[in-house]
Amino acid sequence: MAKLELQNLNKTYSPKVIPVKDVSLTVDNGEFLTLLGPSGCGKSTTLRLIAGLEQPTRGKVFIGDRDVTNLPPGKRDISMVFQSYALYPHMTVYDNIASGLKLQHMSSNEIRERIRESSGALGLEELMGRKPGQLSGGQRQRVALARALVRRPEVFLLDEPLSNLDALLREQVRAELKQLFEAQNTPVVYVTHDQTEAMTLSTKVAVLNRGDVQQLDPPQRIYTHPANMFVAGFIGSPQMNLLHLKSDGKNAVLGDYRIPLPGGFTSPPDVTLGIRPEHVRLAQPGDAHSFQGRVFLVENLGMSNLLSVQLPGSENRTIRSLLPADRPWSQEDVTLALPPDAIHWFNTETGERLSNNTRPLVSNTANSTPLADSNPRL
Amino acid sequence: MADTIRAREQRTGWILIAPALLVLALVYAYPILRSFWLSLFTQNLGTGLEPVFSGLDNYARMFQDGRFWQSIFNTSVFTFSAIILELILGMGIALVLDQSIRGRGLVRTIAIIPWALPTALIALTWAWIFNDQFGVVNDLLLRLGLIDVGINWLGNPTLAMVSAIVADVWKTTSFVAILLLAGLQSISQDLYEAHSIDGATPWQSFRQITLPLLMPQIVIALLFRFAQSFGIFDLIQVMTGGGPGGATEVVSLYVYSSIMRYLDFGYGAALVVVTFLVLILVVAIAALVISRLRTSAGEKL
Repeated sequence: MAKLELQNLNKTYSPKVIPVKDVSLTVDNGEFLTLLGPSGCGKSTTLRLIAGLEQPTRGKVFIGDRDVTNLPPGKRDISMVFQSYALYPHMTVYDNIASGLKLQHMSSNEIRERIRESSGALGLEELMGRKPGQLSGGQRQRVALARALVRRPEVFLLDEPLSNLDALLREQVRAELKQLFEAQNTPVVYVTHDQTEAMTLSTKVAVLNRGDVQQLDPPQRIYTHPANMFVAGFIGSPQMNLLHLKSDGKNAVLGDYRIPLPGGFTSPPDVTLGIRPEHVRLAQPGDAHSFQGRVFLVENLGMSNLLSVQLPGSENRTIRSLLPADRPWSQEDVTLALPPDAIHWFNTETGERLSNNTRPLVSNTANSTPLADSNPRL
Repeated sequence: MADTIRAREQRTGWILIAPALLVLALVYAYPILRSFWLSLFTQNLGTGLEPVFSGLDNYARMFQDGRFWQSIFNTSVFTFSAIILELILGMGIALVLDQSIRGRGLVRTIAIIPWALPTALIALTWAWIFNDQFGVVNDLLLRLGLIDVGINWLGNPTLAMVSAIVADVWKTTSFVAILLLAGLQSISQDLYEAHSIDGATPWQSFRQITLPLLMPQIVIALLFRFAQSFGIFDLIQVMTGGGPGGATEVVSLYVYSSIMRYLDFGYGAALVVVTFLVLILVVAIAALVISRLRTSAGEKL
């Protein structure tokens, strides 16, 4: 068991195509790191660099004290689960799982023992004699996992392992994965574009964009303290409201309203106000920063309503608010409150976070879990 | 109700394939049956070219016919040497073309050219290449100092066969390569990556992933090449004419001589029938192997 360390990892295909720029991070034993980002952000390339399927242009990969940068994949002592599962179609389930052990010249008794141990939890005994073509998607998934687990490697790599499953199965396998890898005391690196997977599975999330690590933090902190506008907009569903505002140094200007900026920094001419829809609530007497607006779109998510509200003023701004589904809405005027604690400020030009004083806020809506299971896709 | 719809669909199906069946019957079934019928008669210059029923006499004569057995032997040597070489070289070329090299499309097109050229033309070219006085091969060997006197390639029984095999391999290796390349490209790259992470060397991946998954294409390539080589006519006829002294006379050349030169129609027909049965047998075995491979691979991923 050993920790995984990436030092200034860089992959350059051409001066303009740099899928991975200078990525440095450490994954300790028992840590579950998720590389999260949109397509083309470099997360899969980073994983392939760790696996040795690609050679880095610069930088090093360490597993424990071993510098594995120049070792072929088979000598790194890693297991990888592929998005396509990459099961060998001409081999039985048993032979698929045994393949890596056979290549290590392990005795067939030992192989049988190992497979019995690792596939018991996955419920594969009945399927051992079948070929991958005779299995359902979920079963193939399990075989791929068993093939990775049976090797008892120093590092586990998983490349979007859930993306080929249907939504219902995905939730179930996600929960199983969490249990399975909590029991393994090894570094796990998991690649996904699905923030729910990242939030639920990881102990640490690296948000990537254009080959750069935007933020490396525990999932909760990524939600409560997004390091920049990209992370703020990428994490959380429905997406965070991001309003580009003019500022006079002390206040940001939103229509006729002025919102005081937190002190302690020299503000640029433009700032961006970020607030998650689940934190925008109906105003009550005594609220600071309440705004009148007109509802122009209501999306019913079952547990809650997502309101799109047009703010007064010439700029034609809208703000979205996630409210409990306790009453129907029509095109009417509402007064919304933006709790100061829940506001994130960003430098519009650089996208960087301006204040670090935002405290985690307990959502006012019925769904109190931060990432709100109101993900409309599910 | 469902039954009547099914019955109607089946009737429509039969009507739709009827023209094709008719054409096949006229072009394939009739000549085959006619040959079989003819093989039961003696019809040659001795009978004044009139058919005289003689039962299985032609087949009995075949067993005594040394020239027939020689032609079967020659055909077998030619066929097995050629297709084994073509398979090995074709696999090598396919593996190279499967790598994403610059200008792969162009190389692939160039590779297929020998196969697309007319066989008679190629046979003539190769006959000149192996010519004992003016041939390129002898010229090269002489210049390199490997030989002192030009080798009479097409005049020596063994070397004539070697020359014919070389020409055939040159012409059809690319066909095998293209067939195998199509199979290689249908194997997912993920499998090789997963295997290399499992610790496999490239040679182990070739043995454990490439070969088993390529087996259907290999069997199909062998089948095609066997059927073509076993009936080879044009290449040999133009290059050596079956010589020297019958050393390269293959079955189809002997059939041609029997019928067209000696006007021995009944015996020639018997030769055709035997050749036909051998080919059918091999095709049936290959088909069986392919269907076994299909079922054992299960439903493809």
